[in-house]
Amino acid sequence: MIPPSFEYHRPTDVAGALAVLAEHGDDARVLAGGHSLIPMMKLRMADVPHLIDLQDVAALKGIDISGDQITIGAMTTQHELIASDALHAAAPIIREAALQIADPQVRYMGTIGGNVANGDPGNDMPGLMQCLDARFTLEGADGTRTVAARSFYEAAYMTDRDDEEILTHISFAAPRGGYAYEKQKRKIGDYATAACAALIERDGDKVAAASVAMTNLSDIPVFSEAAAAALVGSACDDAAVKAAVGAALEDIDPTEDNRGPVEFKMHVAGIIISRAIQRAWSRA
Amino acid sequence: MTKQIVEMTVNGETREVMVEPRELLIYVLREQLRLTGPHVGCETSHCGACTVEINGKSVKSCTMFAVQAQGAEITTIEGLGSPDGLHVLQESFKEHHGLQCGYCTPGMITRAHRLLQENPNPTEEEVRFGMAGNICRCTGYQNIVKSILSAAAEINSASEAAQ
Repeated sequence: MIPPSFEYHRPTDVAGALAVLAEHGDDARVLAGGHSLIPMMKLRMADVPHLIDLQDVAALKGIDISGDQITIGAMTTQHELIASDALHAAAPIIREAALQIADPQVRYMGTIGGNVANGDPGNDMPGLMQCLDARFTLEGADGTRTVAARSFYEAAYMTDRDDEEILTHISFAAPRGGYAYEKQKRKIGDYATAACAALIERDGDKVAAASVAMTNLSDIPVFSEAAAAALVGSACDDAAVKAAVGAALEDIDPTEDNRGPVEFKMHVAGIIISRAIQRAWSRA
Repeated sequence: MTKQIVEMTVNGETREVMVEPRELLIYVLREQLRLTGPHVGCETSHCGACTVEINGKSVKSCTMFAVQAQGAEITTIEGLGSPDGLHVLQESFKEHHGLQCGYCTPGMITRAHRLLQENPNPTEEEVRFGMAGNICRCTGYQNIVKSILSAAAEINSASEAAQ
């Protein structure tokens, strides 16, 4: 499988990458880890006359933790996220989720920026970033802007990012309390049949704050405000978890595919959401 | 599309190739450099038969363009051992019947080599999780896992003896 011919660009800074994007518009795409885009190019489902490899753009790499603010460069790989003990101490849900993405070889190459920017509903990081209420930094010819993960996704592969912008950084506050990322998949390397990120803060016997978001259960990741509302103030008992699961299921719209019919996906989603909430509470 | 020169260090030697940007690394390794150890299996980033080591990472070379490897250090199975001097992992796969048809074996061993660099003393579960990007249709994995655990023990006892 060989893609059509393209011109290869390898800038050393963001300005250089933006210049190629400005010149070629939607004939140009940036390449992060390449493990979504290259397969699509090989299948000739993505036509990219100008490929901009970001591997030499040092400003897009690394994890910065200042106080409770975490900023991750878009070119940071899943492997680097997993390997960072400082990130694990500040936001353990990241390692828990990243270990469930693809397989070791893919995690060495696949990046957090590619995972969130691609807009593939199967990707795990978008739902997780919605759960964390992360902000995405986008850089374009007109400067820099930030967009909330919860309002970034428009449809499958459609996001708020303009063709001539690059997603450069992801930032969020270190989560407090308990956490869980639960994922049901058919085999290692598969996308989720259903996955759910949950964060829960405890105050005595009650839930003080909660956040619930889901992966691959609609054409975009789904943050369920209603699920969180059903938990806050409760003792996270069976009735509250059931109410939260019910609310979360109201917010999703799975479609039938080779992972199963809609009814099956709703069933699996219910179990996965319930497990995520219960495990997050057990760690809160 | 014009070809361009890509320079990379492959198994310790500087190599230059002329490639089109669209040429995948696996084909450049196999057809230009005649390193036919890494195999083309699924060619869809799943099976791991094409695994090589690039700058300290295990990479499926069917999912990387050769131009991306400009300046990279690459190790293939040919760089780990030779017919006259097998690598500990190769000896161990031979000893423990860690292969049947052998098609996945170069990728398995190259990946296992990196796994043991990062985790010299893995548990069976860690081996299985660390090898999850490599598929074998013959062995049922049992003897592959055994081979890697045995190689790890051998490397560790050799390095203890050296101290």
